[in-house]
Amino acid sequence: MTVKAIEPAVEPRALAKARQRRWFWLEVALVVVCALLLLLVIPAILNAVGQGVRVNQLGRFLALAIAALGIDLIWGYTGLLSLGHGIFFALGGYALAMYLELQAKGGGTPDFFSLYGVTDLPTFWRPFNSLPFTIIAIWLIPTLVAIALGYLVFRNRIRGVYFSILTQAALIVFFNFFNGQQKLINGTNGLKTSTSPIFGVQASAPRAQAIFYALSVVFLVLGYVVCRWLTSGRMGRMLVAIRDDEPRVRFSGYNPTGFKVFVFAVSAALAGIAGALFTVQSGIITPSSSLSTAFSIEMVIWVAVGGRATLVGAIFGTLLVNFARTLLSEQFPAVWLFFQGALFLSVVTILPNGIIGWLRSSGFALGRSLFGRRHPVATYPSLETDPDVEYERQNLRD
Amino acid sequence: MTAILESFFGGLSIASVLLLAALGLAIVFGLMGVINMAHGELMMLGAYTTFVVQNVLKGTPLESVYILFALVTAFIMASLLGIILERGVVRYLYGRPLETLLATWGVSLILQQLIRSISWQLATGIVLFSLLFFGTLWFFSRRGDFERFRGWFLGVMLPISAAITWFVSDLLGKTHKMPFTRPWFGTQGVDVTAPSWLRGGVPIVPGYQLPLTRLFIILLTAACLLGVYWFLNKTVWGLRIRAVTQNRNMSACLGIPTQKVDALTFAIGSGLAGVAGCAVSLLSSVSSNLGQQYLVDTFMVVVVGGVGKLIGSIAAATGIGLLNYVIAANALGPLLSFSPALTAISEFFASGPMAKVFVFALIVLFLQIRPAGLFPQKGRTVDA
Repeated sequence: MTVKAIEPAVEPRALAKARQRRWFWLEVALVVVCALLLLLVIPAILNAVGQGVRVNQLGRFLALAIAALGIDLIWGYTGLLSLGHGIFFALGGYALAMYLELQAKGGGTPDFFSLYGVTDLPTFWRPFNSLPFTIIAIWLIPTLVAIALGYLVFRNRIRGVYFSILTQAALIVFFNFFNGQQKLINGTNGLKTSTSPIFGVQASAPRAQAIFYALSVVFLVLGYVVCRWLTSGRMGRMLVAIRDDEPRVRFSGYNPTGFKVFVFAVSAALAGIAGALFTVQSGIITPSSSLSTAFSIEMVIWVAVGGRATLVGAIFGTLLVNFARTLLSEQFPAVWLFFQGALFLSVVTILPNGIIGWLRSSGFALGRSLFGRRHPVATYPSLETDPDVEYERQNLRD
Repeated sequence: MTAILESFFGGLSIASVLLLAALGLAIVFGLMGVINMAHGELMMLGAYTTFVVQNVLKGTPLESVYILFALVTAFIMASLLGIILERGVVRYLYGRPLETLLATWGVSLILQQLIRSISWQLATGIVLFSLLFFGTLWFFSRRGDFERFRGWFLGVMLPISAAITWFVSDLLGKTHKMPFTRPWFGTQGVDVTAPSWLRGGVPIVPGYQLPLTRLFIILLTAACLLGVYWFLNKTVWGLRIRAVTQNRNMSACLGIPTQKVDALTFAIGSGLAGVAGCAVSLLSSVSSNLGQQYLVDTFMVVVVGGVGKLIGSIAAATGIGLLNYVIAANALGPLLSFSPALTAISEFFASGPMAKVFVFALIVLFLQIRPAGLFPQKGRTVDA
């Protein structure tokens, strides 16, 4: 085996800067190309081959990918495993659904209220009559809830598994609330959005759906840019430091609480936007779909499959798992849970860095070796010149 | 007075179920820092075991005391599964508690679907596959150079075993038809009937009867607690478990076999879950999502109680159980009648699910004062 020494490369500063800039523009170009592909080419192709349903599915999954970005931000980079992101997803979804329910009746009391003998609109519904308020509420309400919950939890240095359990308990609490309060938000039945007018057409009309699809792509790109920006600079290093050794961060004179609350709130806002976009594309939001424990943990597995702390992995994993799910559960409904369970097990044990992480660490090397090109093995230069090592290499071959 | 006694016993019976369910979880969490999301499914397994034992013993002289056999069987079944879980999955994930959480969640999903769709066909398939795959794995792993062709072995043997299993179980399914492919339990819940001597109730106060099944569960919980206390404090292995809980590295240095301690603790924790499942099968119908109903409540007991001490779990379970019952039954309603606002609030929360909302708020407030729970582990590590 020939081992080539890699000389420690000392790049001139200007060259390094230029290289960085090149990578930056390459990434920008890639993102733009992907966005344009998603916006213009893929829907056209799918429609042409008569798979129009898949466009709607793709749009929904892109919306879910926005939430997955948020999960990647807090779990992949900061090491906070939230099992309650369904809360923020549902808050965003419900905010938009409430607006649409009101629009369906032209600002009057929605139909289902009469079933429970409620004649007056509950007070907290009133502001949702206005579109600007709703648009702000979609991301602001989840953010505020996340700040409150996050501050109370992180202030006391509750972390790790405790944090996960508490977020899951919070999820159950919200589920109980949304599920049980029929007189306030229609309980188990959830809110319908498909029959309401928006942008001058019905929300389920193809034109409106096309707009929502485009919005999903746009917000996904925006979300990616924000997360990339947050994680690339000093802030990103801080988050990784918190993930890897929080006590040491504290000993270095930083207070991690603020950072954690901030990043938790950002990911909650992303989840809220995702929830709103997902809701209008699926036409209904119910507590059992958006606030179930299973759904929130699934979000985590999307990120795990794609690769933690990679951002691209979160998007990729979401699309992969969700399309696998639709295909599998269309064919064999009973198999899906087995498959999902196996996915949890195998990703954690065999592929802890996810698909993108694996590609980065060893996948490319494998590809190179398949094409007959030897991967340069990094080693200590001193070993190369050491006569003993050289002797062993010559004479003690396996 | 009656109301207070009533809510006391009502709360106590909820608390005993909670405590029984949380006991195993708390021990495992204290020892390994691992949250077992499949704990609820181990309970479910215990409940289904009870159902099976009941049906097996139906018509025999032992029918009236089937519950005692069921308790033992449930303990054994659940702890066997626990050992498989620990040896097969959890031990590879030490030091990564969040990953363990996800992996055990995967296990819980598999178990849920397994109990729904298990039939003779599936069971033979699983046994056959395990024999083929793990048999050859065991055979080849005795060779010294196994590590060299491990990848090849997996790549070849996995598809071959899967294909043979698929072929055989398909063939068997076609020859034996319906009885062979029909699920044992199905998606519908199954019912466990309490033995005749557990029906009825004991009058505690005039107008309130404590159902005998509830009393049985309270006594069972007490017995389990005493058993666990005795085991942890009076036996050699209990001492080792406590030592590893306090300081894993130090114990390892002193020659305690930590791997065995882990496996043993996991088995006992799982076995207790099985017993808990057996107990709750007396209260309601048993279905595949039984575990999910208890999961979060038991987690809360562990969080509030703190790890490492049994007394913490006891206090937390009692507190949460009592609060839940009192709020859900609106037992304090009469006392609040002086203020209409307070009455309105207490009525708003007076239902099972809403009581949980209130209790969760209280737990979050409580954690502001005592972040590490009621009885935290004392130590000097930064993470304490």
